[in-house]
Amino acid sequence: MQTLNFQQLWRYQDQLIDGTLHTLLLTLVAAAIGTAIGVAAAAAVRSGPRPVRWAIRGYVELIRNTPSLIQLFVVFFVLPGFGLRMGAFEAASIALGLYFGAYCTEIVRAGLDAIPGSQVEAGQCLGLTRWQVFRHIVLPPALRSVYPAFTSQFVLLLLGTSLASQISAEELFHTGGFIETRTYRSFEVYAVICGIYFALVMTFKLLFAAVGHLAFRWPVRR
Amino acid sequence: MRSFSLADFLSLLSALQWTAVLVLIALGLGAPLALLLALMRTSASRALRWTATAFLQLVQGVPLLGLLMFFYFGMPVFLGIEMPPLVAVGIAMTVYTASFLGEIWRGGIEAVKHEQWEAAACLGLSTWHQFRYVIAPQAFRMALPPTVGFLVQLIKGTSLASIVGFVELARAGQLVSAATFQPLLVYSIVAAIYFAACLPLTLWARSLEVRLNGAR
Repeated sequence: MQTLNFQQLWRYQDQLIDGTLHTLLLTLVAAAIGTAIGVAAAAAVRSGPRPVRWAIRGYVELIRNTPSLIQLFVVFFVLPGFGLRMGAFEAASIALGLYFGAYCTEIVRAGLDAIPGSQVEAGQCLGLTRWQVFRHIVLPPALRSVYPAFTSQFVLLLLGTSLASQISAEELFHTGGFIETRTYRSFEVYAVICGIYFALVMTFKLLFAAVGHLAFRWPVRR
Repeated sequence: MRSFSLADFLSLLSALQWTAVLVLIALGLGAPLALLLALMRTSASRALRWTATAFLQLVQGVPLLGLLMFFYFGMPVFLGIEMPPLVAVGIAMTVYTASFLGEIWRGGIEAVKHEQWEAAACLGLSTWHQFRYVIAPQAFRMALPPTVGFLVQLIKGTSLASIVGFVELARAGQLVSAATFQPLLVYSIVAAIYFAACLPLTLWARSLEVRLNGAR
């Protein structure tokens, strides 16, 4: 049994802060890529031609049924083959973006499906334009029904960015490995790293709850 | 250096059995713990509810990779013991499974109307019998599709065991890739094997959802 010693870790606080910021950046970039893919793919699934719909279904099933660790490896090794030379961080952003995009597609699709067609028709009867129908009738309830699933998927993405350390992208977990090899304080290092992830997750959960509370105030009649 | 051969493919397939072992350990040890957590989360005692909630929040607020590293590198150094990879990975996967299945099953139990408990109590059933014969069968139907869905997450999650050097499918892929210098081919095949294992479960979960939803 060893005595705990967090003192040695204190010297690495700059690296820890840097790693945390990179984890946040990776999460936000991947979430942005994924959300763009998700919205576009969900729209294409609803109204695109059949081959496009099949391609999207294939993409979603492929991503959802393979481990994201393997996806990271494939992207990391595929891109140089096409002559794209990029760093681990960029490769990780793309791989995690594709991963988040597949889940996002399903979430957005479910949100759009949740709106009854009669509601859209009612809007058209009022003489609203296509855009106005989308903006005022489809979007608000769709966002509301998508919000819980989207935010919990975002938290899973935040935790999932730790995998990027395996292709040596320099995020928080990579920083943890670095400090561990310098100090040999494995217990303290991983306790602190897990603590930072936990703090990030809790912060985002509170933030999402607060935003959801403010943004979706109108009552629902069931 | 050699090129990818049938023997490599067979070694990947045989590594799949260690993936299966991990899944079985995680389910075998995690499921009872998950049931306990689900019951604690729905119990009348505030202390039990809070303990279970704190555990769930903690485990679900930390990456699975973090759990693995903590149990493989952190705990043995702290306690001064040798920790074989299988034990460390087994503990981490069990804790992970228990927290996620526990939440799914709590959802199933809470979806059964409270009047069902009261009606069962009126029949003079003990609390355990109320759960066992009245609540559990109904909760089971509702929780089954997401449980099967979680199984897919679990199979994918076992790939992280490769990081602490446990030779399952993903680790076997790394070894073969290092030997053949054909990472793209090898990882594509590894992905295809995972896909072949997970897709039937995904489709099963989806058909269960359609079937059991109508029966509610």
